[in-house]
This record gives sequence, C-alpha cells and structure tokens, in this order.
Amino acid sequence: MNREELKNLADEHSRHLEGFTHHILVCAGLGCPDNEAIIAGLRRVVAEQHLDKQVLVRKAGCMGLCALGPIVLIQPGEITYHNVHPGDAEEIVAALGKEPVPRLLLSEDLPFFTRQYKNVLALSGRIDPESIEDYIAAGGYGSLLGVLTTMRPADVIRTVQESGLRGRGGAGYPTGLKWATVAKALGEKKFIICNGDEGDPGAFMDRSILESTPHAVLEGMIIAAYAVGANRGYIYVRAEYPLAVKRLQRAIHEAERKNLLGHAICGTSFDLTLQLRLGAGAFVCGEETALIASVEGRRGSPRPRPPYPAGKGLWGCPTLINNVETYANIAPIIRCGAEWFASIGTEQSKGTKVFALTGKIHNAGLVEVPMGMPLREIIFEIGGGIPDGHTFKGVQTGGPSGGCIPEEFLDAPVSYESLSALGSIMGSGGMIVIDETSSMIDVVKYFMEFCMEESCGKCAPCRTGTVQIHRLLTRFQERQATADDLAMLEELCDLLKSASLCGLGQSAPNPVLSSLRYFRQEYLDRMIPADTPGEANS
Amino acid sequence: MPALPSPPPPTDDTRWQLVDRVMQRLDYQPSALIETLHAAQDAFGFLDKTTLGYIAARLHLPPAKVFGVVTFYNHFTLQPKGEHTLAVCTGTACHLKGKDRVLSWMKERYHLVPGETTADNKLSLVEVRCVGACALAPVMLTDNTPIGKKTFEEATTIIKEWLGDES
Repeated sequence: MNREELKNLADEHSRHLEGFTHHILVCAGLGCPDNEAIIAGLRRVVAEQHLDKQVLVRKAGCMGLCALGPIVLIQPGEITYHNVHPGDAEEIVAALGKEPVPRLLLSEDLPFFTRQYKNVLALSGRIDPESIEDYIAAGGYGSLLGVLTTMRPADVIRTVQESGLRGRGGAGYPTGLKWATVAKALGEKKFIICNGDEGDPGAFMDRSILESTPHAVLEGMIIAAYAVGANRGYIYVRAEYPLAVKRLQRAIHEAERKNLLGHAICGTSFDLTLQLRLGAGAFVCGEETALIASVEGRRGSPRPRPPYPAGKGLWGCPTLINNVETYANIAPIIRCGAEWFASIGTEQSKGTKVFALTGKIHNAGLVEVPMGMPLREIIFEIGGGIPDGHTFKGVQTGGPSGGCIPEEFLDAPVSYESLSALGSIMGSGGMIVIDETSSMIDVVKYFMEFCMEESCGKCAPCRTGTVQIHRLLTRFQERQATADDLAMLEELCDLLKSASLCGLGQSAPNPVLSSLRYFRQEYLDRMIPADTPGEANS
Repeated sequence: MPALPSPPPPTDDTRWQLVDRVMQRLDYQPSALIETLHAAQDAFGFLDKTTLGYIAARLHLPPAKVFGVVTFYNHFTLQPKGEHTLAVCTGTACHLKGKDRVLSWMKERYHLVPGETTADNKLSLVEVRCVGACALAPVMLTDNTPIGKKTFEEATTIIKEWLGDES
C-alpha cells in the first residue's frame, strides 16, 4: 500500500460511512456488559423498520464513563446515552433525528467530557476497533506512511526526543533516548516489544487502549521498529484480557493483509513481523527483564541491570521495550509534530496521560488529561467526587508500587516529579480513590499481600521481606503491634527498597512508607499502649 | 543438528491437534513453551502429567523445566475445573468494594473456598487477578463473562441455578 492507495481507501470508506444519516456507536468494551445484546437489539429494530440504508449500528471502543455504562453514542449530534438496556433499542431508534430520549440522555456539558484532553483516546469510542478501514478513514496509518516515505530513522528519533515523551509504563524514562540507545546498539538482529502486561490491580488503561484502538498501538510499534532498526517484534498481553487479545490478533492479521506489516512494508525495503505472546498471570512480568524471560518461554524471573535490554535484551539482542500507551502516543506526535506535543503538560512531563479512575468515586472510568492538571480537578470535577455522602481520604496512584496521597496535597499537579515528591509514583495510571470507611492499614496490607504472592522468589529481600512486612501489618490490624514492630516495619521497608533485585521488591514498601508518612496516626492507634507492657509479652 | 525423536500424541483425542498446531507454528523452539501450555489448557481445561510430558518431549525440554514454568505462572492449573466457574476478581477496587461478601456467602452456603470445586463437580470457585473492569467492582465472572452491576444479587442467582439450589 502506498500513500495514494491509503488515501483512496480512506476516502472510499469515509464515503461509505457518510452514506448513512445516523450512526449508532455502542461501547463494546469489557466494562460495558450486555453490549452484544444491545447491538443485536438495535440492528434488529433497524432492520425491522427498513432503515438499513440510513442507520448504521457499529460496535465501538471505550467511551470512558464506565460507571454509567453501557454507553451508546449517536452521531451526528454527539448524543450520549447511559445505562442502556437491550430493551431500549426501539426508543433509541425512534428518537433518531428528533428529541433524544430524556431518560437515557447524558449532558454533553458534564465536566467528565469537557475537562478532558483526548489524544491517545481521541478515536476510542469513535471507531470500530475491529475495522482497519475505520482506523484508516480516521487518518490512521498516515503517520506510518509519512515516516516510511519522507523520514530517515534518525529524523523519527529526533522528533520523539523533541516531543519530550516519557515512558507511560511507570518509570517515565525518556522515550526518545531509549530509542536512540537501541538504534545505536550494535547487533544484526534487533527486537521490539510492547509491554501490555498491565498487572497493577485497579488499572485498565492498556486494556482499554488495546480493545479500543489496537491499530494505533500497531502503528506506533511499526514506526518505532523502523526508527531503531528492528525487524521482529512481540506484543506481550495479559491472558486476563481475552478481548484485547482477540482484537489485537485481528488487527495484526488485517495490517498484514494490507501490507502495513510483514515483508517490504508499503513497497519499501523495511520488514517487520509482529507476534502476540500471552502472559500467564505473573505481576513480575511487567518488569522488562522478567518480561523478556517470559517471551523466551521461561519463568518470569528478572535479572540484574545493566546490561539493559536496549543493549542486551531478547535472546541477547538489542531490544526496545515500551508500554502500550507510549506506542499509542507515537502516531499523533508524528502527525501533529513534536512542538504540539511538547506544548501540552509541564516542563518535565509533556503530553497527556490516561488514568483509570476507580474505587470510591462517582464517575469510575477512563480519562485522559494534560499532564499538570491538579489531582483535585481529576477526582472532584472529572471524577465527580465521592459517592453516598462519604468523604475523601486519599488517592492511591501507582497501585502496589505507589503511594496514597491525602486531601492536603490534592492541589499537586499530576506529573512524574510532583507525584514522586509526594512519596508516590505516576505508575501506569491507576487512581484508586479511598474514602473514610477504609482503613489505610487494610489497604496497605492488601497491597503487601499482593506483592508477597507475586514475588518471584529470586532475591531474598523481596521473597522474605514481603512476608515479614505482611506479618507486621497483620499485627497492626489486630491491634497487637508494639513500638518495636513499628521500628522493624520501617527498617524492613528501607531494606527492601535498597536491596531488592528488581522494581517489584524495590517499590513494594512504597504503600507502607507513604501511609506511615500521611496516616501515621492509624498505626499509632493500633499499637498496644506503652504503659501495659504485660500485654505486649503475652 | 540431528533430529531428535518426537513422540506421537498420547491419545487419538483430536484436541491434541490444537496443541500440535501451536508447536508447529513456533517451529518446536523451546521458547514456544508458554504458548503451547496456553493451547493445551484451552483444549483440555487443565494440564496433567501426560500433557506436560508430551509437551516436554516435543519441545526437547527437561520435564522439570516445564513443571517449573507451569507452577511459576498463576494462570496454569494442574487441577481439572468443574462444569461452571465463578471467578472473583481480587483487584484493588474489588477489594475496597466488598468482594469478600460473595466469598463469605459461598463459604457459608456451600462450604466452598477459592480453588475448590463442589463434590458434584458442578462449580469451581476461583480468585483471579484484576480483570480491568474496575467500574463494575466488585467484579465477578461466571464462565468468563463479567456480570454487570448488582453483582452480588446476580451472582447468587446464577450460582443457585447452576447448582439446582431452589431455596
């Protein structure tokens, strides 16, 4: 496929879509149950009323407001319906071109919609994830064709460097720098990997991106492979995400058929084959060296770095590993330019970030905001605040590797620097809101139990340290802790941070440390009073 | 390298073809192990000794290595599952929003804890890692399908139906 053929295909498909007077888009993501029945219901009503030529019922990706799902979007008019049931089909079809159904209508002025800045999610919920034509008609693969025909690999890397994009998987390493390192690394064979092992419990950005716009991730990967000189790649996705796997498989197959993947891509001399690899339920495989071991078919045990994968990765070859959301940012950067991307966000953290809002929050779902937006705005305006009259206690960012930020710091902007200064991390984008009904010790113990079970067992600090910290937290939970326990808890946290082999162990104490910093009283309240030493010994 | 002898499938069950196909596609490389295990578990529901032995032999891997990989990953199971499965998500949002309620109900009513199957082999109860449908928390999946809001009520209705429990 060359540029002209791509343009023709885009025009032809756009004409096909424009041939319908109304489009009904139904969220067909994991978060909207019953969507198949809704789509079937709508199609049946449309067929019965002989509207097949005027009304197109399509499945679409995630529209973000999962708490009010299933969501249905009517175009033109940007009419959004919430909590739709299969039985609502007749009413929805009858209202096309007339007054929308008031019972189901969501106001388009909701801060949830107006305060977001959609870049990675721009096409999510707007196109059929299972149709490459839909993606192409929306301008998809245009960046790739532009790169292959007008840019040298070094130009691509420079653009990504200038954009200031940083890894969206959590650590925030500059993406362009990583690409430059892999490009410079010596080796005939190079690999590219997409890290879709989103193991942080309570985070679903990558699932949603893969389910909603799989081609955007592929396009980013193909551009990256061209830039660093890789000819083979793997997409590693959790087995817990069967729908994302299915859609990716389909997307790879469609891209191959259109010669956007495979041999001599778009008539150039560039080859790239991409294969899917399924995770098998191991949180540690989100760590890049463990992920590489898993792609090689082995136990997902991490190894010390350096050497970094950029120099010695998959089968000892230079390997570029980026996260799903990082790749999804690439095509927009190429299309709109590094300057545009760098104009969004803060000095050190550029662009937008997708967050999964969950826990005790009204508008649980998926949002995308410019970096630098205050946490308060995300939680109280976009997220709609805390339901059922409860009060905000804290927001956990970065899941089991992050920390909990209390009310007093809610005006902090979301950026890699500010969150880490608060003792948490940006992480991959999970934001779990906690209200006053939850005990911090219970939450922290939950995360430690998770790390304890997920520790791969290779290094002693993590293997035994997580068990000991969990045991100490249980003592606090049961109000049996002593001052010695508190001292021991802090010492162990410090030890894990400094002596563990990989990120899992190094970051496992973060929730404990941040709760000791902001919610210390809860620990003190659960200790045996110092003046009753008898009990402490019993 | 001289070709090592490759054993035929343990039985004439046609499901072995699904397993063979994956190994063939990945050229019988040792790196095909995890993909092959997925295919075998999808085909048979669980991984038994015969299956692991066969895969080890076909990929020319020591059986201990295969066993090591299988037991490393949570997704693989060495036990057969019941006719139906109730999976309870253990993600953070589900923890905060009361996943324990259904677990206590299962324990009280059917004496079933996660990882167990009822005596009549009708139902297995399992805990799964975050499935990423956090807005529906607490998330439960009945035979891999997430149930919508009002999870507890819906789950208990489905379970009772499966088990023929009319009380």
